Amino acid sequence: MTGPRTYVFPHRHLLGIEGLSPEDIGGLLDLAESYVEQNRQVDKKQSILRGRTQINLFFESSTRTRTSFELAGKRLGADVINMSVAASAIKKGETLIDTAMTLNAMHPDVLVVRHPDSGAVQLLSEKVDCSVINAGDGSHQHPTQALLDALTIRRRKGRLAGLTVAICGDILHSRVARSNIHLLNVMGARVRLVAPPTLLPAQVDRLGVDVCHDMREGLANCDIVMMLRLQTERMHGRFVPSVREYFHFYGLDASRLAAACPDALVMHPGPMNRGVEIDSELADDIDRSLIREQVEMGVAVRMACLEALTRPLPNRPGER
Amino acid sequence: MASPDRRTAYVNARLLDPASGLDAPGALLTVGEAIADLGPGLFADGVPEGIEVVDCGGHCLCPGLIDIHANLREPGAEHQETLATGSQAAAAGGVTTVAALPDTNPPIDEAALVEFVARRARDTAIVNVVPMAALTRGLGGREITEIGLLSQSGAVAFTDGARPVADAQVMRRALAYATVFDALIIQPAEEPALAAEGCMNEGEVAMRLGLSGVPSCAETIMVERDLRLVESTGGRYHAAHLSIADSIDCVRAAKARGLAVSCGATPHSFALNETAVGDYRTFTKVKPPLRAEPDRRAVVAGLADGTIDVISSGHAPLDQESKRLPFAQAAFGIIGLETMLPLALELHHNGHLPLLDLLAKMTARPASLLGLAAGRLAPGAPADLLLFDLEAPWRIDERNFRSKCKNSPFDGRPVQGRPLRTVVGGETVYTAEAGG
Repeated sequence: MTGPRTYVFPHRHLLGIEGLSPEDIGGLLDLAESYVEQNRQVDKKQSILRGRTQINLFFESSTRTRTSFELAGKRLGADVINMSVAASAIKKGETLIDTAMTLNAMHPDVLVVRHPDSGAVQLLSEKVDCSVINAGDGSHQHPTQALLDALTIRRRKGRLAGLTVAICGDILHSRVARSNIHLLNVMGARVRLVAPPTLLPAQVDRLGVDVCHDMREGLANCDIVMMLRLQTERMHGRFVPSVREYFHFYGLDASRLAAACPDALVMHPGPMNRGVEIDSELADDIDRSLIREQVEMGVAVRMACLEALTRPLPNRPGER
Repeated sequence: MASPDRRTAYVNARLLDPASGLDAPGALLTVGEAIADLGPGLFADGVPEGIEVVDCGGHCLCPGLIDIHANLREPGAEHQETLATGSQAAAAGGVTTVAALPDTNPPIDEAALVEFVARRARDTAIVNVVPMAALTRGLGGREITEIGLLSQSGAVAFTDGARPVADAQVMRRALAYATVFDALIIQPAEEPALAAEGCMNEGEVAMRLGLSGVPSCAETIMVERDLRLVESTGGRYHAAHLSIADSIDCVRAAKARGLAVSCGATPHSFALNETAVGDYRTFTKVKPPLRAEPDRRAVVAGLADGTIDVISSGHAPLDQESKRLPFAQAAFGIIGLETMLPLALELHHNGHLPLLDLLAKMTARPASLLGLAAGRLAPGAPADLLLFDLEAPWRIDERNFRSKCKNSPFDGRPVQGRPLRTVVGGETVYTAEAGG
């Protein structure tokens, strides 16, 4: 068996889960696992990214993902810079490619990019010389979220293969759902999607998932219930009639969760809309809810991704 | 245009005239701007003194192609295309008549503007450019334009270009009113509300890429609605380019009922399917979107059985700034004047359509829809000719495009058959040797 440090990630960028093998995913999760304890120590600092420059380029507002990437980079010793482009260059008419070229000229080693348009991170990755991590592009992919979800599940259930995972809510607009579906499928879990038809993309069954429109039916015998965020602008009549009706039929509370396995656990990528997709008490129930653990695993997973992508770089400043 | 007494003999040609069904070796004589004579026996005993001779080398000589649907961008977006550059692209593609779409800036919705386009084209274009006029004022979709006056000033058809006329009452009145002038109404059939958020075909590829889709019913619903309106008004209606099996079926059924409707297809709708979008290639972003494989096959079948009347380029030049963007932000459009012939010939080489039937969709059919004298080889017809090599293999190369823009998803595609010489009004405007 190979240890986490001997695993070599064979891709230049991390743009999505599609295209990763079970070995890639397992390798990243093992690497992340090694950082979990480290992150609980008083002294969290490493030096393997010393001398590296990491730019977090966010075209869409984000608090937790950006903070998580920033902490991950800093704990590995990288110089981390945050750029919120929504507020600056785009307003001045600078295009995505111009921004990419400008940043590239500053010789970063890793770009962490979030963008409201699907495919934008890939487009940017084609124009720069460094590694790019997709921190979420439109409704396409959010690979580090899927990896941190997988790490959270694996630590609590001991495995991914053979589990039944229900993903509930706004699948149509969700990059988290797309990344999770790919990852869970590759790792041998069964995925069930639960949502009203207006929140499901056409031909989503082609991803090898079961689809159902009823929460009780969808949650039956599942091991993990993953709730998705429903954005405010999609609530009032455009995709669902009202918040009240949505929570009534698709919200998760203790009674609905009773349909799942007795030891079923609840996840949410955050930020939560309490009382819209998830009941407040359930979200805070430490026996059933993994929501805080997900956030913790996020930092470890992002450290693993940063390390995996930068390890092939020449003149490593320091051995572990 | 050639001087009235200039005489040119095109000898050693394979004469192809879809209008008459002629497909025979022979020769053709042009005098001035018109065809004077043609046939298998012509110049059997040699060409008399004083006639310029073009040896066709056994290659195909047919009427110059007529493109019923092209954006030439002038006036208003001359950085993307002008009547001059667009006409050079047309000449290189074997197209001798281009019907220019009216959704320019300003839109061509008044007689003076129609005359402006015609005059600019006469002064700067090297092929025939016939203007189309807007169907509604300012392309606003509310008030119909002066169809009668516009027709008199030379508008060959009426359309709001890329914008479907969404209001059924406006469309109904336009169809009814246009019957007085026998005017052709062209509709880019798509229900705007259903297509509003979409940037590619709805389906598995869009779902995987996280892109919002245009459902196929957006097209079918608009075609069905319009066919009902045609049925009650008797207007002449042409669906610009169909891309869906169901909508093609609707037109097939309407034709069987005897409705005077026609429809078109673009080369990309039968040469590509939605998988060409690949990793967000914005050069494949187009309206109607590239569809699923069964729909692509339905377009081929519709062309083969005659349901689809014309092939048009859908030429939509777009600069880099409009395309080097995330997919959802990029503009819709593909250039096509220079690739229409070789892509259409794929249908012949693959055994889907006889050569004459295929050529009819780019010559005689569009000519009759637009009421043009061109599009046929006959004494008295305009000397608009295309000489092409049916077999020559080559690769499409964006570096050779004469269009100001390069937004073609076909760059690098191996194709078979290419124009050798394009003749407009008796004058050669393009030759392959000169044009590379």
